[in-house]
Amino acid sequence: MRKAFGPLLLVVAIMFVVAPFLIANAPYESTMGLIQKIFYYHVPSWFAMYLAIAVCGGASAVYLFKGTPIADAYATAGAEVAVVFGLCGLVTGPLWGRVAWGVWWQWDVRLTTALLLELIFIAYLMVRKFGGPGAEKLAAATALFGTATAPFVYKSVDIWRTVHPNTNVIPTLKPSMGGPFAFSSLAFLLLCTLLLTARVHLAKRQMTVDEMYLAYEDQS
Amino acid sequence: MFFRTAWLVLRKDVAIEVKSLEVLTTTLFFAIACVLIFAFAFVKNGQAPEDAAAGILWIAIAFSGTLALGRTFERERYAETLRALLLAPAPRPALYVGKLLGMLALLASAELLLVPLIAFLFQAALFSRPLLLVGILAGGTIGFCAVGTLFAAMLVRARSRDVLLPILLYPITIPVIIGGVRGTAALLASPVDEPSAIMWIGILAAFDVVFVTLSLWTFEPLMTE
Repeated sequence: MRKAFGPLLLVVAIMFVVAPFLIANAPYESTMGLIQKIFYYHVPSWFAMYLAIAVCGGASAVYLFKGTPIADAYATAGAEVAVVFGLCGLVTGPLWGRVAWGVWWQWDVRLTTALLLELIFIAYLMVRKFGGPGAEKLAAATALFGTATAPFVYKSVDIWRTVHPNTNVIPTLKPSMGGPFAFSSLAFLLLCTLLLTARVHLAKRQMTVDEMYLAYEDQS
Repeated sequence: MFFRTAWLVLRKDVAIEVKSLEVLTTTLFFAIACVLIFAFAFVKNGQAPEDAAAGILWIAIAFSGTLALGRTFERERYAETLRALLLAPAPRPALYVGKLLGMLALLASAELLLVPLIAFLFQAALFSRPLLLVGILAGGTIGFCAVGTLFAAMLVRARSRDVLLPILLYPITIPVIIGGVRGTAALLASPVDEPSAIMWIGILAAFDVVFVTLSLWTFEPLMTE
């Protein structure tokens, strides 16, 4: 991954430069007009968050049962990246809602549960920061519960009648909209992967430094 | 062996509690204080809004439940009895089940007083469908306690556990609280909205299954030092 990191970073950068042109050329949605184009950032942000949550949940399960430190590094990276992309989704959502629904925030099931999911992963980071020794395992359990909530957040729009569009929108997109959407989704998922690997790499460096400190203290 | 261990842990917890009544009385008092505060917040001209009772009931359960969880495990920490329990050659998930049943018994006895009190204070027709009410209360309380017992047990060893328990517990259990509030509100609607009450009981049951399974699965590695 380390060798591929530079080229991939370049690819993502190019994709993020090209995406606005593709989005600008995509047709206007008939009822919402221009504001609908925030869709190309809003939905991929949540996709990226789900990816980060999946990484965090999987790594947490491995850490909980095997205790491998690298799994813990992946879990932390997943949680941090999930919070960042969740924040992107929570910012773009109200911007869209203000124009489409006339209000910044609606207490419907999708919005409420999405906010909850964000809160769970912020709680994860807080536990790690303030929990003291042994907090990693506690955080891992939090991550597992958060991961169990994620599918429920995704499906909530199909179970209840909500203001928020349901999951049928994406498979039934017109090709002229689906193309740019697939492009920006790919760009976000790739960016998410890159951020994850960069964060894990940082954690590995941190571990090496800690080991060197310990070795030095043993010597002197 | 499994059920016997769970039963012994439960019996121990009940015996301690019956002797001092410490957690039950403080929890109940706190719950009633919660009800009062929310009554001040919502009641206008001597009348509470229609389904405020549902929200107030579940807020009182969630807040006082957190207090009870913290207090119960604080007691285990003081005397290092949790460590003794974990040292015993007993299956760990059985210890969890025992603790969970203890918490459930505690909260159920608190609800036994809290629910009639709220029905009385807010003129809420909570008892028009007793079976559905029991289903909603059981579903909500089991989900809340399943997560609560796991996290409170883990936090026994953590720093700043008093702050971390609500921080972890509320985001994770909010789906259950929402289910409880909406289900109870469906019972309070006139005429009683039975289909939605039953739907919410189903959702609560689904969450209970997920939460209890996850807790049983993770309790062992979490409590291993």
